[in-house]
Amino acid sequence: MATPKWIKATVEWVDYRLPVFSFVDHHLVDYPTPRNLNYWWNFGSLAGIVLVVMIATGIFLAMSYTPHVDHAFQSVERIMRDVNYGWLMRYLHTNGASMFFVLVYIHIFRGLYYGSYKAPRELLWIVGVLILFTMMATAFVGYVLPWGQMSFWGATVITNLFSAVPLVGDQIVTWLWGGFVVSNPTLNRFFALHYLLPFVIFGLVFVHMWALHTHKSSNPLGIDIQGPQDTIPFHPYYTVKDLFGLGVFLFVYLSFVFFAPDFFGEPDNYIEANPLQTPPHIVPEWYFLPFYAILRAIPDKLLGVVAMFGSIGILFVLPWLDRSPVRSARFRPFYKQFFWLFVADCLVLGYVGANPPEGSFILIGRIATFYYFFHFIVLVPLLGLFEKPRPLPQSISAAVTARAAAAKGAS
Amino acid sequence: MRRILIGAIAVVLLAGGPAAAAEEGGLPAHKWSFTGPFGHFNRGALQRGFAVYHQICASCHGLELVAYRNLADIGFDGTKIAEIAAGAEVQDGPNEQGDMYMRQARPADRFVSPFPNENAARTANNGAYPPDLSLAVKARKDGSNYLYGLLTGFREQPPAGVKMTDGMYYNTVFPGHQIAMPPPLADDAVAYDDGTAASVEQMAEDVTVFLAWAAEPNLEARKRMGIKVLIFLVVLTGMLFALKRQVWSKLH
Repeated sequence: MATPKWIKATVEWVDYRLPVFSFVDHHLVDYPTPRNLNYWWNFGSLAGIVLVVMIATGIFLAMSYTPHVDHAFQSVERIMRDVNYGWLMRYLHTNGASMFFVLVYIHIFRGLYYGSYKAPRELLWIVGVLILFTMMATAFVGYVLPWGQMSFWGATVITNLFSAVPLVGDQIVTWLWGGFVVSNPTLNRFFALHYLLPFVIFGLVFVHMWALHTHKSSNPLGIDIQGPQDTIPFHPYYTVKDLFGLGVFLFVYLSFVFFAPDFFGEPDNYIEANPLQTPPHIVPEWYFLPFYAILRAIPDKLLGVVAMFGSIGILFVLPWLDRSPVRSARFRPFYKQFFWLFVADCLVLGYVGANPPEGSFILIGRIATFYYFFHFIVLVPLLGLFEKPRPLPQSISAAVTARAAAAKGAS
Repeated sequence: MRRILIGAIAVVLLAGGPAAAAEEGGLPAHKWSFTGPFGHFNRGALQRGFAVYHQICASCHGLELVAYRNLADIGFDGTKIAEIAAGAEVQDGPNEQGDMYMRQARPADRFVSPFPNENAARTANNGAYPPDLSLAVKARKDGSNYLYGLLTGFREQPPAGVKMTDGMYYNTVFPGHQIAMPPPLADDAVAYDDGTAASVEQMAEDVTVFLAWAAEPNLEARKRMGIKVLIFLVVLTGMLFALKRQVWSKLH
């Protein structure tokens, strides 16, 4: 099927004036990609797709939502009951938020395992951490909007953290609230921010992609692309691989949406906010639990807040803490073990964060918090100095052909 | 391999949620027709449950998020719904003279709450506030079992050694075991239209089904759509997997 002449002419006319077609060719079609990416490299593009789903469903929700303390809770229930497919939009949005964090956390751990943050991708990594940070802010203000009990009390607890700032703490909190308690002005500004921040994330994602496409994707071997024999064009190889991954992801995501839509939620948030009645346990959404555990592990309020923000902040300097010349944990026998210990530590922190700070949870939380920082500040730099990495393959293509030959020999 | 692993994790997550919740607080593990991927509400139970709510619960508890017209979902026809609505009065207005006036409720109105506000409700109920029941099933962990357990959990005598506050009733499920609500159900408190024997257990089950519907009226539509969507996704993803293998086979 030959392309008709007039289409070709139109494309050329447009492209000469605004090179959109060359751009797509350059970045999505011919874009050279390492030939050995595994499925852990699917999560970045999946997160990008979920961002679009969140913005799309969010705009529809905003059309029927009322950011007022007297109407917010009712308007969300109106979306659930009276708006056509409103329940679907809302469940896609709430579960989408959880899925977004699942994907991004896996994406980050992939970066940690394969050393994707190392030169020359430090800024790519830093922009990624900024995206995580903005996502957290967006999710936090978004959770306040349904104006349930957990919305209100979560907002109260978290905004109160800023009162730990010396001298001007109380003023900052009043300024954040727009009043002397969490109230209507707070809800209004949180709604405004919740509409704004996703577009900030979108902008950051663009910068993230810009940096990515400058030095191209890293890969499981962690060695540089040496020539065309190491790469394959993005299309069709990675478009089809990403689409297959998208199918699997959608199956998981929509299973929650249709069959367990409140799995990640707190039942308390189906009770309208009541400033006079504190719920027995105030817990944040699951994706904040490890950080919540770090906050509570430290007996001093100010230091706890510093540690909580520091636990994300330390990721900014990770490229300079890790001095090992080898990127991929595949060739770092000790780092590989400590990586999994670190993953386990994060899960323990999450578990502690979900439980009330009583009994052994206090001690476990403190040990896990200590280990979190110990990993980055002591273990990672020391490993970089003393670990003897295994020999690296000569090139991506050499490794791939060797593996293919081995597979052929075996079969 | 990895796909199996991810699938296994998803299954564990999906199955583990409700199971883990049921263990807490010693709630009865009742079998509900509306759980599970093919869950649906039994129309008979819904209509009986409405009778229990309407004749018993509604004297103290509101259902303000549900409109009378929504009763069409549980199988009532227009005449019956208009009749039910007409049994309540709502304030409307102002009329041409600028006065507020009372009128019979219409199907488009939401369920009229028994008390005009929380203070009036507390005054009439010895200081206790009977909460609105629109979201009662969703606002609790394992809400349907909790509600069923609460309604069947009243005991005339508290266990030895438990000191009851005046005007409180012993309940096995309620947090703290002392509840201000007197046992609302008694055998044959409601005369069912369909001849079902109205035992306390039967009424507790029926009203729980009705309130589960009231909390999530789109549950059936959601699950029906979900089955179609997931079947479609399995086929699509299978085809994409085959396509991926074919495209990549040129490389190796």
